[in-house]
Amino acid sequence: MPTPSRYWREIPQRYRLEAQKCKNCGVVLFPPRLICPECKSRDFEDTKLAEKGKVLTYTIIRVPPHQFVDQAPFAVGIMELDDGVKLTGQIVDCDFEDLKIGLRVKIEFRKIFEEGGSGILCYGYKFVPDM
Amino acid sequence: MRDVAVIGVGITKWGELWEKSLRDIFVETALLALDDAGIDRIESMYVGCMSSGLFVGQEHIASLLADYLGQTPVPSARVETACASGGLALRLGYMEVASGMSDVVLVGGVEKMTDVNGYEATYALGSAADQEYEGYHGITFPGLYALIARAHMEKYGTTREQMALVAVKNHKNGAKNPLAQFPFEITVDSVLNSVMVADPLRILDCSPITDGAASVIICPVEMARKMKKPVIKVIGSGHATDMIALNQRKDMTWLEATYQAGRQAYDMADKRPEDIDLLEVHDCFTIAEICVIEALGMVEKGQGGKAVEDELTYIEGKIPVNPSGGLKAKGHPVGATGVAQVIEIVKQLSGDAGERQLKDPRIGMTQNMGGSGGSTVVHIFERE
Amino acid sequence: MEGIVGYGAYIPRNRIKVEEIAKVWGADAPSYKKGLMLEEKSVPSPDQDTITMSVEASKSAVKRAHIDPREIGAVYVGSESHPYAVKPSGTVLAEALGATPEAHTADFEFACKAGTEGMFVALGLVKAGEIKYGLAVGADTSQGAPGDALEYSAAAGAAAFIFGRDNVVAKALKTYSYMTDTPDFWRREYQYYPQHGGRFTGDPAYFKHVMGAARGIMDKTGMKPPDFDFVIFHQPNGKFPFRVGKRLGFEEKQIEQGWLVNKLGNTYSGSSPLGLTACLDVSKAGDKILLVSYGSGAGSDAFIFEVTKKIDEVRDLAPKTRELLDENKHYLEYGEYAKFRQKIKKAN
Repeated sequence: MPTPSRYWREIPQRYRLEAQKCKNCGVVLFPPRLICPECKSRDFEDTKLAEKGKVLTYTIIRVPPHQFVDQAPFAVGIMELDDGVKLTGQIVDCDFEDLKIGLRVKIEFRKIFEEGGSGILCYGYKFVPDM
Repeated sequence: MRDVAVIGVGITKWGELWEKSLRDIFVETALLALDDAGIDRIESMYVGCMSSGLFVGQEHIASLLADYLGQTPVPSARVETACASGGLALRLGYMEVASGMSDVVLVGGVEKMTDVNGYEATYALGSAADQEYEGYHGITFPGLYALIARAHMEKYGTTREQMALVAVKNHKNGAKNPLAQFPFEITVDSVLNSVMVADPLRILDCSPITDGAASVIICPVEMARKMKKPVIKVIGSGHATDMIALNQRKDMTWLEATYQAGRQAYDMADKRPEDIDLLEVHDCFTIAEICVIEALGMVEKGQGGKAVEDELTYIEGKIPVNPSGGLKAKGHPVGATGVAQVIEIVKQLSGDAGERQLKDPRIGMTQNMGGSGGSTVVHIFERE
Repeated sequence: MEGIVGYGAYIPRNRIKVEEIAKVWGADAPSYKKGLMLEEKSVPSPDQDTITMSVEASKSAVKRAHIDPREIGAVYVGSESHPYAVKPSGTVLAEALGATPEAHTADFEFACKAGTEGMFVALGLVKAGEIKYGLAVGADTSQGAPGDALEYSAAAGAAAFIFGRDNVVAKALKTYSYMTDTPDFWRREYQYYPQHGGRFTGDPAYFKHVMGAARGIMDKTGMKPPDFDFVIFHQPNGKFPFRVGKRLGFEEKQIEQGWLVNKLGNTYSGSSPLGLTACLDVSKAGDKILLVSYGSGAGSDAFIFEVTKKIDEVRDLAPKTRELLDENKHYLEYGEYAKFRQKIKKAN
């Protein structure tokens, strides 16, 4: 899916969880935007997302897109981080029977997929149980 | 604004149409619609299509389809809002006729999905999600609706069986629709024992991969009144958006765009949920139909699962939903779905729905949804 | 005095037992376990590689060092399994930590001693006053050819060290290197699995260089085996570290804390560095540690560290090595292991 430029552009978010906070209403936005969807302010300050949170909902993908075939089946969830931001990501290092809503998780740096046998390697955040 | 009516419809048997190309299936339905309206010329056309680029590598289909329909040089536009493309095509055509800019407009929808393999189809459909922050992590469309389903089960106690019943009910209806891709009945057991796709959703919770098209002709209501057939008017139109990524929404179990589009359509038509005699809604997954009827105000929040369990949404029920068989049984050629919904409502309101005909309905609603709910188009139709 | 200001370890949770591998190849598991002194090894998941493990180990090191990553002036990753043949691992690591753009970055490769090479250079730059902090990681997701003796030991893990001048948890008292050209183990360009010289990897290779480096650094410092609280030798299998320790005059109890190989396998560039993190986890002020790596080809880097009282403040700020080794394990069957390690031929 991503060409090198498209991948590279998202590195601050995917590697370091760089986000922004609206200076007017205080909402934390991830990924960053040019206008606040809550109050329409265009004034932001840089922030970073919390690296821990909990599972709000989850599923196990058994029929994956082609780049993810080698990883299937895998769990994907929507997590609420401790700063209130909600994020979609894979939940790994967790037996499927241990997945549950409310499970405490933390972020780990993982390979997300490979661009075929010779393309770029795509990295980013995933979630693992926080024990 | 002028009142607008539907004067012709065209739809063919849907399914895996190996011998037909994208242009073939569209033009067949467009010709049927022209014949049904008794005309051979149009002034303009809109075609809903989600992803001809990814499915068949063909963009610029607005011109391609006008060309193969023999209608060049009429203006033609392709409309894309993911799975809501067909519904939006109708809204744009409606606006053009209502405004007085054109009198006779063809509104179509088409998707040719079987020329790619399953993984590529999954990817193409997945492109309706936020590619950088959802798709990047391997989520699929069944996956997104599975996330909604799990959250709905947790919040409202919706059961696995209730979701299965949506598929059972829609197949019961679809069994009476000879043009449906899967015109047969299924049981709760067969749903609950079908292959798991994205827990808790199984393959029989999912609408299929389908080749298909649908077309309608619309015109000012005065013109429609001169024809010897029931006059089916568009009395309400609504269209709304929501955050494209599911995780960005405040409540993952609530389809805000559907609520907003419904509210616009109700206001415009001066109708309320209880005035609606039947609905064709976007049951791309069983959980979707449950959430949609809640957002359209047919039942209370969280009661969508109970509604199907209590058989309120069956053809014989108080709020018949998807008499055509829905996306589940009829098939879901993405861009065509919104237009096919209109056709079912027109047929039902005209008393032309064959074995699945409801008893004398007067007002019908369509709800066509893109992505995991990021866009929705709602229309209300009334027989004069 | 210059030394380690922060350290971190990372070990994937997957394990495979020697029995499970032996079963597939009809090999005699008890004799392998006895001969290699090895019970099981770590295995990376399909989404883990040298880069991802380096990032996690380094994040722990940054936490323990309690520094601003922008002050890191050098980022070195030593591995024989860099995910790219051309394109650095170190740039991904530096970017993930937020250490860009003012840093010197290099990927090192010298069989199993690539990790200590990076440590050697990072420490040198700190000593020279060129940089404030230098980060060095030893990490590998090593592969042994299916059925080869190496398959029982080739494992995955990473250890990261940040060197600096102030607030060190372990002073680097001395470094020393010892190397010759000895072709005991190699992997040619475009080859998937390494090859080795069998018993030639023993005396003329591992033992000669480890002993040469250990004796050299003790000669230069006038230190003797009893002076050390912990000693870590490269651990290609369970036996070699004890055997080389005995030949050098060390006792088993000096070796045991840093000896992880029986449950971890050989993590190649991560092997002796992970032994060091395991020792730092339990060390106290004044403890002296001897670290001797070994890389085929062949050479050894030796370090002598003296632990400071600062260790008590940082020890608990990140996961400890033996916790990573002993907790939350997930055992694989050979089929799953073969899938994870891409040993199964598939249609494209």
